Amino acid sequence: MTEKTQQELVQIDYAPPARDWMDPRIDFVARRGSWSYPGAAKNLRYLGFPNPRDWSPEDADWKLPPNWQQIIHDGLAERLGKYRSLKVFLDTCVRCGACADKCHFFLGSGDPKNMPVLRAELLRSVYRKDFTTAGRILGSIAGARELTPEVLKEWFYYFFQCTECRRCSVFCPYGIDTAEITMIARELLNLVGLNINWVIEPVANCDRTGNHLGIQPHTFKDNVDFLVDELADVTGVRVEPSINRKGAELLFVVPSADYFADPGIYTFMGYLLLFHYLGLDYTLSAYASEGGNFGLFTSHDTIKRLNYKIYHEARRLKVKWLLGGECGHMWRVMHQYMDTMNGPADFLEAPVSPVTGTRFEHAASTKMVHICEFTADLIRNGKLKLDKTRNDHRRVTFHDSCNPARAMGILEEPRIVLNAACNHVFEMPENTIREQTFCCGGGAGLGNDENLEMRLRGGLPRANAVRWVHEKHGVNLMACICAIDRATLTALVEYWVPEVGISGVHELLGNALVMPGEKPRTTDLRGLPLAGMEGVADV
Amino acid sequence: MRVIWSLVLVGALAAIAFAGSRAGGEAVFAVAVPYLALATFLVGLSARVIGWARSPVPFRIPTSCGQQRSLPWIRSSRLDNPSTGLGAAGRVLLEALAFRSLFRNTRAELREGGRLSYAADKWLWAAALAFHYSFLTILLRHLRFFAEPVPGFVALLQGLDGCFRVGVPTFYVSSVLLVVAAGFLLGRRLLDPKLRYLSLPADYVPLVLLLAIAASGLLLRHVYKTDLLAVKDLAVGLVTFRPVVPEGVGGLFYVHIFLVSSLFAYLPFSKLVHAAGIFLSPTRNLANDNRRRRHVNPWNPPIVGHTYAEWEADFHDKLVAAGLPLDKE
Ligand code: HEM
Ligand code: SF4
Ligand code: SF4
Repeated sequence: MTEKTQQELVQIDYAPPARDWMDPRIDFVARRGSWSYPGAAKNLRYLGFPNPRDWSPEDADWKLPPNWQQIIHDGLAERLGKYRSLKVFLDTCVRCGACADKCHFFLGSGDPKNMPVLRAELLRSVYRKDFTTAGRILGSIAGARELTPEVLKEWFYYFFQCTECRRCSVFCPYGIDTAEITMIARELLNLVGLNINWVIEPVANCDRTGNHLGIQPHTFKDNVDFLVDELADVTGVRVEPSINRKGAELLFVVPSADYFADPGIYTFMGYLLLFHYLGLDYTLSAYASEGGNFGLFTSHDTIKRLNYKIYHEARRLKVKWLLGGECGHMWRVMHQYMDTMNGPADFLEAPVSPVTGTRFEHAASTKMVHICEFTADLIRNGKLKLDKTRNDHRRVTFHDSCNPARAMGILEEPRIVLNAACNHVFEMPENTIREQTFCCGGGAGLGNDENLEMRLRGGLPRANAVRWVHEKHGVNLMACICAIDRATLTALVEYWVPEVGISGVHELLGNALVMPGEKPRTTDLRGLPLAGMEGVADV
Repeated sequence: MRVIWSLVLVGALAAIAFAGSRAGGEAVFAVAVPYLALATFLVGLSARVIGWARSPVPFRIPTSCGQQRSLPWIRSSRLDNPSTGLGAAGRVLLEALAFRSLFRNTRAELREGGRLSYAADKWLWAAALAFHYSFLTILLRHLRFFAEPVPGFVALLQGLDGCFRVGVPTFYVSSVLLVVAAGFLLGRRLLDPKLRYLSLPADYVPLVLLLAIAASGLLLRHVYKTDLLAVKDLAVGLVTFRPVVPEGVGGLFYVHIFLVSSLFAYLPFSKLVHAAGIFLSPTRNLANDNRRRRHVNPWNPPIVGHTYAEWEADFHDKLVAAGLPLDKE
């Protein structure tokens, strides 16, 4: 945990410093707690990424390749030719400042280079120098900067201090998406071996074992079995998931944290209960055992490489379509990249709910449906028997995760599920939810311990809104549909609003779902006593 | 301060025009410069837009600002999260004509105890809208010089614009609005510490230039009145490619048209290309129908991940021990 108190952290000064922003120097030692450890050489080596070595941002010499400037220059030139987004975003910003106070990192730190516009200027200034006539001739008067080692270090610091949440893009009059700039800047940084271990290790793990956590197939099975046992204890019902089974109707893909760690495991238990209730013909895969994709935080090529196994496994198992669990950045990839990168999925069938017969027309090409879409359809068609009172010990609010909200727009579906499963649901203030939702502060690979202070700062706007619903409505649980959130928000609220817990949406559905043949429930899926059962449950 | 650069630049431009026209350069400033500026504008802006268009859009990455279209009974947000090309066109038009996204603007404030609050802040939106529409109106009003007979809509616009009948000749609403709005945008840049910190000289140049254009225009209309018939001869001559160098229009007039020419010539090389950029912005001009229709990346690279067969070989013994099915025995 950070050593700073809440009182210290909220002494935020939004007045910019005297030092001009074009001055790139960063004191990494003084800024411990706000950057992430570099990618370990073994992971880079495994992946075949450039320049594996041991180094620290605190070193003067970052051991860059001798021609690193040329590499970055060529890399930028290549990407200007490949991405219209990059070109348009670099050329059109008017520096109106509308995005400035929209970034949670700026709000929580007051560091002006966390204003999305200046974050983008870090790259834009180099673009001006290298690719525009005015910048070449006029230099800093035209806002151009030479790519010096200091500038590169500054890139590393600030492009790994953006969670690619896209909130800035909602407010920009031209839709300039600093997340896109960050993604491409991180690609450039990767070309010379600059990346962070919290991203690169999951990437290496995912490529090798199938999931970010490096869980091997036997452990995968053990974890699932363990959760099946837990479910039997709580509900008296033994569910029977299958793994790597050919010929199932659908393949269910989840973020690995859902079968690994508290509180994601309770969401996973909710999925299993639901599928058992429906008698769904589905399989899990120990190979396609990761829906998430830290390639998104590395490079477009890495997204594609890690995402490859999803369709590959669906084809091998001869399933008809894909169902995906609750995860934020996973859904950005499934929704906006998978079909383009690894499709067409013409070996699958357009998804149809076997329970209601609903055709999911909106997923007709990609053939992957979000579990909240699937469940909302069940609820609408009256297919689920739900006892909401089994969530009466919870007063719930809903956190829209960045990617589902701003790279997809799945806003109502999770709310429909929550409202069907819970009696007490309260919204946070309107400028902090839906498309204006605030990040957890630890997405895009920044959710590590060494970066904790920055996470707590970046999470301040979210924590503030949680505290507001907690004080106003007595909220004690925040539900979300994101595996990263379930991990990072847990640390965030523990620091800022410890009275509130974090859960997935399907965990609450699992609590409410009345299973045929179940025993009377005295606890929820976590083993906490239900309302009115405090004396009965043996906790 | 960076604003000084732009003052010096615009001042120098004005001085060049004033002195140059006095020194016998009337033909240069009345004919050659406007043609050159227009050519630069057209060629430069086309080159810019073509340059953007030449880079493909590999991925469909709209920013969704409302409910997606999924199940038919859930109301989707047709303009803020369009699911059709028509919806996306509507979204872009709403951005271009009404500055939709800027309308969302809020201002965050840190209160006691680290409490953040967000209040709607429409000033930037209102000023930007007033600024752009008055600029557009002024441009259109100027058509009265270039066309004979004056088109009906120009006369109508002029009538509406001058409806308050204040002063002789009457002050136009658009002129006043332009000055006020541009003044607000400039004031904001200078007074808001965050904006002053991030503004470049190139952010002050367009505003200062426009204010100088407006000032010279107002002076020509209300104070140092120029010979409008001579101006009309020049304008008609320019558009019919039979330019005549006007007599007795005065140095101030040359300052005015030189600054306007500078603005046009400058536009394609500056942030003012945002006018075209909004139409090509991939987070705004694409429909969010990603899972419904496949988007093709023209340079989709051939990348294959760790295949199942390799994975099975790597973990063979563990798969067997766990009793998981194998493809290969
Ligand atoms: C078509 C959609 C357009 C949109 C959405 C748009 C939006 C904006 C915005 C938000 C600003 C920022 C104001 C500020 O600096 O604080 C701006 C500035 C400006 N725009 Fe536009 N604009 C558009 C078209 C145009 C056009 C057609 C022109 C004509 C050349 C133009 C000329 C300018 C100028 C001169 C400025 C002042 C620059 C400045 O403030 O530094 N814009 N525009
Ligand atoms: S809102 Fe858009 S145009 Fe305005 S400063 Fe931010 S990125 Fe630039
Ligand atoms: S994407 Fe999010 S984290 Fe990154 S600059 Fe924009 S608002 Fe900040």
